[in-house]
Amino acid sequence: MHELSATQNILHIVMDHAERNHADSVSAINLVVGDFANIVPDCVGYYWKIITEGTIYADAVLRFDRRPAIFECDDCGSQFEITREMTACPQCGSDHVTFISGDELLVESIEIVRNEKEK
Amino acid sequence: MTSIKVPIIENILEANDFVAEENRKIFSDHNIFCINIMAAPGAGKTALIVKTIELLKDKIRIGVIEGDTASVTIDSDQVVMAGAPAVQVTTAGECHMDAMMVRKGMEQLPLDDLDLVIIENIGNLICPAEWDLGSHANALVASVAEGDDKPWKYPNIYRNLDVLLITKTDLIPYVDYDIDHFKSGVEILNPGLVTFPTSAKTGDGFPAWTEWLSKKTKAAAEK
Ligand SMILES: Nc1nc2c(ncn2[C@@H]2O[C@H](COP(=O)(O)OP(=O)(O)OP(=O)(O)O)[C@@H](O)[C@H]2O)c(=O)[nH]1
Ligand SMILES: [Mg+2]
Repeated sequence: MHELSATQNILHIVMDHAERNHADSVSAINLVVGDFANIVPDCVGYYWKIITEGTIYADAVLRFDRRPAIFECDDCGSQFEITREMTACPQCGSDHVTFISGDELLVESIEIVRNEKEK
Repeated sequence: MTSIKVPIIENILEANDFVAEENRKIFSDHNIFCINIMAAPGAGKTALIVKTIELLKDKIRIGVIEGDTASVTIDSDQVVMAGAPAVQVTTAGECHMDAMMVRKGMEQLPLDDLDLVIIENIGNLICPAEWDLGSHANALVASVAEGDDKPWKYPNIYRNLDVLLITKTDLIPYVDYDIDHFKSGVEILNPGLVTFPTSAKTGDGFPAWTEWLSKKTKAAAEK
């Protein structure tokens, strides 16, 4: 999978916002990851350690907010989650279903630390 | 010491999407239609591209960007033999092409003298689906030899397709492949998807596919 490039992109976004907010370090990164985004959180954590070693980002905790894949039936309008295999609508059996959400891959927020400055 | 939460909400693949959007604009400015062809390894992407070039090259000027994980020119050599300029971009082991690689390929193609650019993506059914390259259409080549259950097992790649090619149809008698079962899975993910069953070996289905591709190319040129 493309966890390495995803992790590099996460780092770019985090660096950008940490610098703008004068962070001395970053304590946590909150990510939103849909089930259809094909990202394995453990792999991101692994790459994170490697690419941030020795930086103010190295000790950040990565939190993954997983979102299920949601589909909506075009015929009966019911919404349902798909966790593994693709299925027809569980309510009415229709094959006509539309993907609604679940492919998100976002940096939602970061938690930064500012050391007290001597005046 | 103070701890502060900074709200962000930024798409992790945004940098790629930005370059992809630029690519699309460059193609459009040159009146070029660009199609990204994805598939599993060995599904028949190169065979399809070569036959398509042979059938269309007198009417449409075609260039090809060949993505490969290794720096072997096996596929691009075949394309050049068929009579179209081809550039090879190597992903250095990565499982997908991204918009920046396509940009590098574009820079080596004579864009002023082309009507259609075909991108042969890396053989993979998972990762290429996530990366917008800046094409105007995304195609999937699904060979019958892979089995009729693939829409259920690799749902993501079917969702963003504009056209589907079911290839190696000449092999249907030898593999247990139920084309209706396959299509019912596709219908769930991408209702009404334009689909062409083809065989690069017999040429079956190519008239309909090349007609679709010619129409799209002409429409892009007239814009
Ligand atoms: N019988 C039959 N064989 C085919 C057809 N299309 C391709 N093949 C064969 O399938 C094999 C793989 O075809 P390629 O066109 O190289 O497949 P590809 O998707 O480009 O492969 P990679 O680029 O390596 O991922 C070759 O041996 C082709 O001759 C077809 O329509 N019918
Ligand atoms: Mg090939």
